[in-house]
Amino acid sequence: MTDEDEKNMTSEPTTTPAVVALNVGKVFPGKKGARVTALEEINLTVARGEFVALIGPSGCGKSTLMRLIADLDQPTSGELTVFGKTAKQARLDQEYGIAFQQAGLLPWRTVRQNIELPLELHNVGKSARTTRSSELLSLVGLTDFGDNFPDQLSGGMQQRVAIARSLAESPNLLLMDEPFGALDEMTREHMQGELAHICSETNAAVVFVTHSIPEAVFLSHRVVVLSPRPGRIRAIVNVGLGGSSERTDHLRESESFFSAVSEVREHLHGTTDAVPLGVDNR
Amino acid sequence: MKAAFGATKGLVPPLLLGVVTLLLWQAAVAAFDIKPFVLPSPTAIGGQFFANIPTVWSNSVVTGFNSLVGLFIGTLLGILLAIVASLVRMIDELSSAVVAAAMVLPIVALAPVLYGMFSASQQTARQLVASLAVFVPVYVNTLKGLRQVRPVHRDLMRAHAATTGQTIRVVTLPTALPFIFTGVRIASSLAVIAAVIAEYFGGPIGGLGKSITTAAAGSNYPLAWAYVLGSILLGLVFYLAVLGLERWTLRARGT
Repeated sequence: MTDEDEKNMTSEPTTTPAVVALNVGKVFPGKKGARVTALEEINLTVARGEFVALIGPSGCGKSTLMRLIADLDQPTSGELTVFGKTAKQARLDQEYGIAFQQAGLLPWRTVRQNIELPLELHNVGKSARTTRSSELLSLVGLTDFGDNFPDQLSGGMQQRVAIARSLAESPNLLLMDEPFGALDEMTREHMQGELAHICSETNAAVVFVTHSIPEAVFLSHRVVVLSPRPGRIRAIVNVGLGGSSERTDHLRESESFFSAVSEVREHLHGTTDAVPLGVDNR
Repeated sequence: MKAAFGATKGLVPPLLLGVVTLLLWQAAVAAFDIKPFVLPSPTAIGGQFFANIPTVWSNSVVTGFNSLVGLFIGTLLGILLAIVASLVRMIDELSSAVVAAAMVLPIVALAPVLYGMFSASQQTARQLVASLAVFVPVYVNTLKGLRQVRPVHRDLMRAHAATTGQTIRVVTLPTALPFIFTGVRIASSLAVIAAVIAEYFGGPIGGLGKSITTAAAGSNYPLAWAYVLGSILLGLVFYLAVLGLERWTLRARGT
């Protein structure tokens, strides 16, 4: 190892992957001593700037895996690091932004105040907050709605606010748990296009939980297929449909898109298992 | 415009009922020759009320101040203890028995004991009775409100590494606010009732309750009723003030 290499390793942590999971497992204590194994032997590396989708039938532990990365739950076995730190330290250092299936906006705050919430919690000054929230409002196309309350917005608009909020501190990692799950098909495709656009601009790594195959294929560099009870990685599909900026609606019509969809679907339905429940093919 | 008209329209039936009741009352007193010590006529009560407006007012100020002090202390204690109980499970379990006891305890019955504990020439005992009466509904409703935080909001605050204090300020208290207001609204009229009744049991001269007992003891029943009318109006003022504050606050924040 030359001096230069060593220098690179210490002063340039940009080579550290965003997420590394080594043999991660999660067992929930059930009723009367029964134990539910939600995840088992999860080995996964998410590189910086990479978009990885977690897909699988309901109850396969894909949300649990995302919650472990976010340190909202703790693994019962294995090792999980986020940017080379423990998940807890990464959470305390605010290394990630997060969006949930429910927008989870605070109804007594205006759209702008909701977007500014993470900045406010970390004592960012008022003028800096206003500048950032204005940027984000225009990024998600809600410039005219900053002073509205969430209840006055449609579901899709609320979800866009939640995404803007998750981007507030320009995180290098975005965790998204079925953020478009409650939206109708048209809004959903529109939002997917916007997310692809946002990702190409911010260059953040994304862990995206979904149960829609086309959504996973459209957005991701890699699709991780999970099997249920216990949740294990059944396959990892390299989608490789080009950079995030090339993800337009034309892509949905292309041959490579359809072949990737079929490949993910084959892995999902497996060979020996029965057809999994809870997967929709939207 | 339409809303204003709707509100006026909603007021007409109860007002009409009130007027009809008063007319029937007046007619019954005249027709059956009911004696004033049984039931004075509305005109007699009204006459006494308007003839004694300065004294009714000065006594209302005394009772109203006691009620207000009680409302503030009771609300503050109720909210603070509810926050503590929501954070520390043990305190919650310990306090639930005490609160259940306080709910069935006739708090005004404590007045004579409190007059003994504090000087009978001071208003302290009356204010304490009002505080206690206020504390119970505020505590119970606030605690219920603090438990309404949605899991997604709790996850959000944890994901953003918010401190306990920040979580309480940003999510928990705003979530509980409508419940806190319900508690304070119930407590507002209780504060006046408790302050008035506490005066029945002793303490210094002054106050609506004391005036009611004094007038009744002097067989001046229409005057006693005039003070009762004053108490009703005072309770109404408290209730409407809190209701107005509640409406204004919740509308200003969009929920």
